[in-house]
Amino acid sequence: MSKFRKEDSKELPPISTASLPDIVFMILFFFMVSTTMREQELLVKVTVPQATELTKLEKKSLVSYIYIGTPQRQYQAKMGSASRIQLNDKFATVDDIPVFITAEREARDEAERPFMITSLKVDEFTEMGIVQDVKQELRKMAALHINYSARKVVERE
Amino acid sequence: MSRKLPEIPSASLADIAFMLLIFFLVTTTMDVDSGLERRLPQMPPEQEEPDDTPPIKERNVFAVLVNTNNQLMVEGEPMRVDDLREKAKEFLENPANDENLPEKKVEYVEFFGEIEIPKQPVISLRNDLGTQYGVYLRVQNELVAAINELRDKFAKKQFGKPYSSLEKAEQNAIRKIVPMKISEAEPKNVGGK
Repeated sequence: MSKFRKEDSKELPPISTASLPDIVFMILFFFMVSTTMREQELLVKVTVPQATELTKLEKKSLVSYIYIGTPQRQYQAKMGSASRIQLNDKFATVDDIPVFITAEREARDEAERPFMITSLKVDEFTEMGIVQDVKQELRKMAALHINYSARKVVERE
Repeated sequence: MSRKLPEIPSASLADIAFMLLIFFLVTTTMDVDSGLERRLPQMPPEQEEPDDTPPIKERNVFAVLVNTNNQLMVEGEPMRVDDLREKAKEFLENPANDENLPEKKVEYVEFFGEIEIPKQPVISLRNDLGTQYGVYLRVQNELVAAINELRDKFAKKQFGKPYSSLEKAEQNAIRKIVPMKISEAEPKNVGGK
C-alpha cells in the first residue's frame, strides 16, 4: 500500500500552457486570412426582388456575377441614371458579356466548366429589356445555367 | 539591473485570443447567396431547319403574359399574381379531365405504375420589354412554386416524404408526372418606350 501512496503523493508537473496562446493565435490568423471576402464594390444599386422558391448557390467558385441596376449616385453624373450592367468592377454593355463569360470560363478548371452558374443580380425596378438582352447574350454563349438572385420573402403583416 | 523584472502574467493571453477567435468566427458568417434557378433554352441553330414538330395544341399551353404596365394575363383573362399559383396547379394536374386543360395519356411510371399523366403541358411566359424585373421574377416564382407544390403533393401521397428528401430515381418519376416546362417567348416591345 505504502508503495502506491508514495507514487500518488508525487505531484504531476502542471502541463505548460505557455504555448496555448500561440496555438489559438494561429487558428485566429487562419480564420482572419481565409475569410477575407472578395466583396466587389458595387457601382450599381441593386435590390434583388423577393421570392420563395430559392435554391442556394453552393459552390461559390463556380458562380460568376452580373449586376444590373441604376448607377450609384456618385457615378450618375457620368453614366446617367438609366439601368447599366456591371461586370467585375467596371460598367459594361451587353457587347462585353461574351468576353466576360469567356474569361470566366478560362479561369476555371476544364472539369468544372459545365457546372458554371451565372448569377444575375438585378434590381427590382429594372425594365426587362436590358435583362432580356443579357439573357440572349448568355444563350449565344451557351451559358444556360442561370440563377436569378433573390432574397427570402419577409412577411409583412 | 541585477534586480529581475517581474514577469508579465501571460495566463490570460489565451482567453483574449479565444475571445478574438470567437468574434471572428461569429461575425464572418457570410450571407449565402440564393436565388431562383432556371435554365435558359438552347440557342436555335442558325439555318432554318424544316420544322417537323407538330404544333402544340392550344389546350396544352398555359399562356402567361405580362405587359409593360406589369399587368398579368393568363389564358386570355386578366389575373392577379396571387391567383396565378392555383391556376397553374390546376393546369398542370387537370384533376377533372377538363377539355380546356392539357390532354392526358396513360403511361407507366416507376413507383406509380400505370397512371394518367398530362401529355406535354407547356407553360409559356411572355413579357414586354418594359416589364419590371421584380414583377417578372414574381411571376416566375409563382410558376416554380406551383410546380414544386404539385411535386411535393405527389411525393407525400406516394412516399410520405417531401420531394426534396426523395431518392434520385423517385424524384425522376415525379418529374415525369409533373414536368417543369416553362418556355419563354421572345419578348415583344408593345408598350413602346
